[in-house]
Amino acid sequence: MRTRGLLTAAAFLLTPVLGWAHAFLDRSEPRVGHTVDASPPAVRIWFDGQIEPVFSTVRVEDDGKHRVDKGDSRVDPASGTLLEVGLPPLPPGRYRVFWSVVARDGHRTEGDFAFRIK
Amino acid sequence: MRGRTLYACALVLALILGGAHTAQAHGLIGKRFFPATLATDDPFVADELSLPTLSYLKLRGSEEAPPTKQFDLSGEFSKRLSPDLGISLGGTFTILDPDEGSTVTGFDNLEIAAKYVFFKSAPHELLLALGLSWDVGGTGSKKVDAESFDTWTPQLFFGKGFGDLPDQLELMKPLAITGVLGLAIPSRVHTKTFETDEDGNVDVKKPLNPTVFQWGFSVQYNLQYLQSNVRDVGLPAPLNRMIPIVELVLETPVDGRDAGRTTGSVNPGIIWFGRYFQLGLEAVIPINHDVSKDIGALAQIHFYLDDIWPQVFTWTPFHGVLGPTQPQ
Repeated sequence: MRTRGLLTAAAFLLTPVLGWAHAFLDRSEPRVGHTVDASPPAVRIWFDGQIEPVFSTVRVEDDGKHRVDKGDSRVDPASGTLLEVGLPPLPPGRYRVFWSVVARDGHRTEGDFAFRIK
Repeated sequence: MRGRTLYACALVLALILGGAHTAQAHGLIGKRFFPATLATDDPFVADELSLPTLSYLKLRGSEEAPPTKQFDLSGEFSKRLSPDLGISLGGTFTILDPDEGSTVTGFDNLEIAAKYVFFKSAPHELLLALGLSWDVGGTGSKKVDAESFDTWTPQLFFGKGFGDLPDQLELMKPLAITGVLGLAIPSRVHTKTFETDEDGNVDVKKPLNPTVFQWGFSVQYNLQYLQSNVRDVGLPAPLNRMIPIVELVLETPVDGRDAGRTTGSVNPGIIWFGRYFQLGLEAVIPINHDVSKDIGALAQIHFYLDDIWPQVFTWTPFHGVLGPTQPQ
């Protein structure tokens, strides 16, 4: 009985839980470092793994470091990999997106990137 | 009795595998991911396994030994004991294939190391660590020249990403450097050897075991950093997870007849990192002909254990179980 328990415990320890890992940015709208013709309705970031909604945030600042997004950042519940925040109509200029996410296993990753509106 | 043996095995397994994990994972400082470097040790403490690391180099001959092909098969297991403290255990199996004579094989000495990260700056992608490595004398085979004495190597590690450069230099931001400076101090200054000539006369030799300054650097350009933080240049997979890298691995004895004479190699190569492991391949180009006149090769598969087995590597003996940090 004890042997079976030990083997079960060992099997649990040694069974990889694939699907958990760091989440890195896969792509975004607007694209990282690119210029768009008009103010986009939202910033959307897709990650290469599932992220925790409670611990994942994104904000957008203008060149003067003033926050300009709507403050409604959320993780798409259907995919679990899309983080987005709404934007009001923005004037031409340079903006920076700051994101921070936690993958399902607790690994935090963060980053920032700029985009420009013509 | 059998149950007791199984229990002991499970306990050893738990002791080996049980370790640390934090949300501040291996190789990440701020938004910068540093890969595990192949030829030099990186400054991070992590839960990881390098297995195998394969290397090949043809050693030049000397008056005492013919030119010899050297193949090394190495493995290293690393485990965090707290967010900033880690230990590692490494071993190497060596195959020496001389141009004349028979092939010799055997294990090199066991290597045990500890590392402590004492400074971190996420905004500046900067990391400093101190380490101590112990080459355990007598654990390897004399056939492959494993030393019979211990060698202690205190080390200083650093890693620096250039993401804090001004935006005018944005294409330089994916650059990063890592390095290690160490002093390998043998526990025995001289090794006494006895040689008997044809007439039966015994000659006692006491060659010096030199203290050696070991230094190495890596310069790396992270294409994932470029795509995610600087400019999406549309690189498809697997290029978007590649890191071109150049490593320098150098040794300079500080005493003995070769004092001040630096040997080593420049290793240009490429690392690809995925979510659970990374692959690395480097050429080994000797900086002079002291050790070799030919180009060698180095390849590695490196596993991120805390990503593969998070349920095992979430416990730290000195820091408890670590979960997600507080919402920002």
